[in-house]
Amino acid sequence: MNKTTNQKAWLFVLPVVALVAFNAVIPLMTVVNYSVQETFDDNTFFWAGVIWFQQVLTSERFLDALLRQMAFTFTILAIEMPLGVAIALCMPRKGPWVSVCLVLMALPLLIPWNVVGAMWNIFALPDIGLLGQLLNNLGFDYNFTRQPGDAWFTLILMDVWHWTSLVVLLAYAGLSSIPDAYYQAARIDGASAWAILRHIQLPKLRRVLTIALLLRFMDSFMIYTEPFVLTGGGPGNSTTLLSIDLVKIALGQFDLGPAAAMSIIYFLIILALSWVFYTVMTREDGQQGEPR
Amino acid sequence: MNRSTRWLVPTLYILFLLLPIYWLVSMSFKTTNEILGGFSLFPQEFTIENYVAIFTDATWYMGYVNSLIYVSMNTVLSVAVALPAAYAFSRYRFIGDKHLFFWLLTNRMAPPAVFALPFFQLYSAVGLFDTHIAVALAHTLFNIPLAVWILEGFMSGVPKELDETAYIDGHSFWSFFLKIFVPTIAAGVGVAMFFCFMFSWVELLLAKTLTAVEAKPIAATMTRTASTSGYELGLLAAAGTLTIVPGAFVIYFVRNYIAKGFAVGRV
Repeated sequence: MNKTTNQKAWLFVLPVVALVAFNAVIPLMTVVNYSVQETFDDNTFFWAGVIWFQQVLTSERFLDALLRQMAFTFTILAIEMPLGVAIALCMPRKGPWVSVCLVLMALPLLIPWNVVGAMWNIFALPDIGLLGQLLNNLGFDYNFTRQPGDAWFTLILMDVWHWTSLVVLLAYAGLSSIPDAYYQAARIDGASAWAILRHIQLPKLRRVLTIALLLRFMDSFMIYTEPFVLTGGGPGNSTTLLSIDLVKIALGQFDLGPAAAMSIIYFLIILALSWVFYTVMTREDGQQGEPR
Repeated sequence: MNRSTRWLVPTLYILFLLLPIYWLVSMSFKTTNEILGGFSLFPQEFTIENYVAIFTDATWYMGYVNSLIYVSMNTVLSVAVALPAAYAFSRYRFIGDKHLFFWLLTNRMAPPAVFALPFFQLYSAVGLFDTHIAVALAHTLFNIPLAVWILEGFMSGVPKELDETAYIDGHSFWSFFLKIFVPTIAAGVGVAMFFCFMFSWVELLLAKTLTAVEAKPIAATMTRTASTSGYELGLLAAAGTLTIVPGAFVIYFVRNYIAKGFAVGRV
């Protein structure tokens, strides 16, 4: 669309800027302040330079949490993205079942996150939970409160349960926007289902899948409530992801300096990785002439 | 995959989605003794005691009221300020527009855990701690960027001729905007409100940090029960089941637009 240059447009964005600035800039500056100061007692602060950053970046605890966070995020992305696309491909295109599918699939997205955690906790409990009973009766020695491997399995299954639908909804929206003519042309050419997927559907889905990937990446990297309620970061520290560790340090131990430094590093990692995903996935747009 | 077996995939997926929900609902109709007594697929002694307990105890049902109040406030506020901003982004070029748009989106990337403590201090300092307004305002941090993103996508789909014709017809800007433009993108407003409702309803970390008694959300009431009164799983399950209801209602009303929401937003 041709946009006209109009500096008065700033007046329209002013309320948004004011509100978001109040919520983002002030707290962010608070965090920055803490991250470079040492505090004694209540309100005496001393300039501390970058020691907190050094301390966080060299601490094994942070690196372990970061590693676990990466493992978690990349595992769920590797499962949810292909699975979501596959389910969207198999969904009916029209008819009364479309609404039924969409409503049922969107259900997990609307459940408060701690309820998701609590629900999976009672679902997976080895003695009284459905999943726990089932797995134990099948001969697995399953107990997610004791064995780190089982805790990870439950955590990932829970996230797949919780968020795959988002990928399905987006992919489905992308698929429904492909005109019928494309499929007719493919049929005339005698294209196989695979060729249709590779050359028509996936290229057309690129934009929605970029959104899905970005959203899933950001949200899974910030995940806190669900694993906290499900496993509490345990057994041991085996499922302590970045947010859980951060809250432990900030609100549990009240170590403001290290917590603030960790917050900033954490935020920067998300920003940097989001930017990488975004550039990589949109770079080829111009070359292929894919219209927006 | 073969055409005739295709329906199996979504069906199995939906079954998988419904299993934990079934377990929660079934547990909410069991007595505590039955739950702790052993494994049973269906409630043996069907009871609605857990629900009665919730609807007769103010600390419980006020949790729902509190949640609904701040979620509604947040939804209205986010969409109301996002509408003119999205219009500006979709129609005009102005100094710093691209940077501003990106800066807004970066707020969607800020982990709530990072902001929990500073938010507590900020809202205590301005005297809003433990009010519904505090939570509603705090949730605009991630809902306004999202609403702007979605609305901008919908608005860019409306041809500019609509604006120009309206001015020729003698409409002032606000009369055009409110009487013609907003109704034209009503679907977009619906989708934006849906997503604002959704993310405000499910968020707990900030909501819990910013409240104590007066505005305590239902989800936080549940955490308290889980930790203090031992293992009242039936009660917890009933409360959990009730938190699914508002979401299910909202989905039903916007079912034809859900999928569109993100699809039209620009990346």
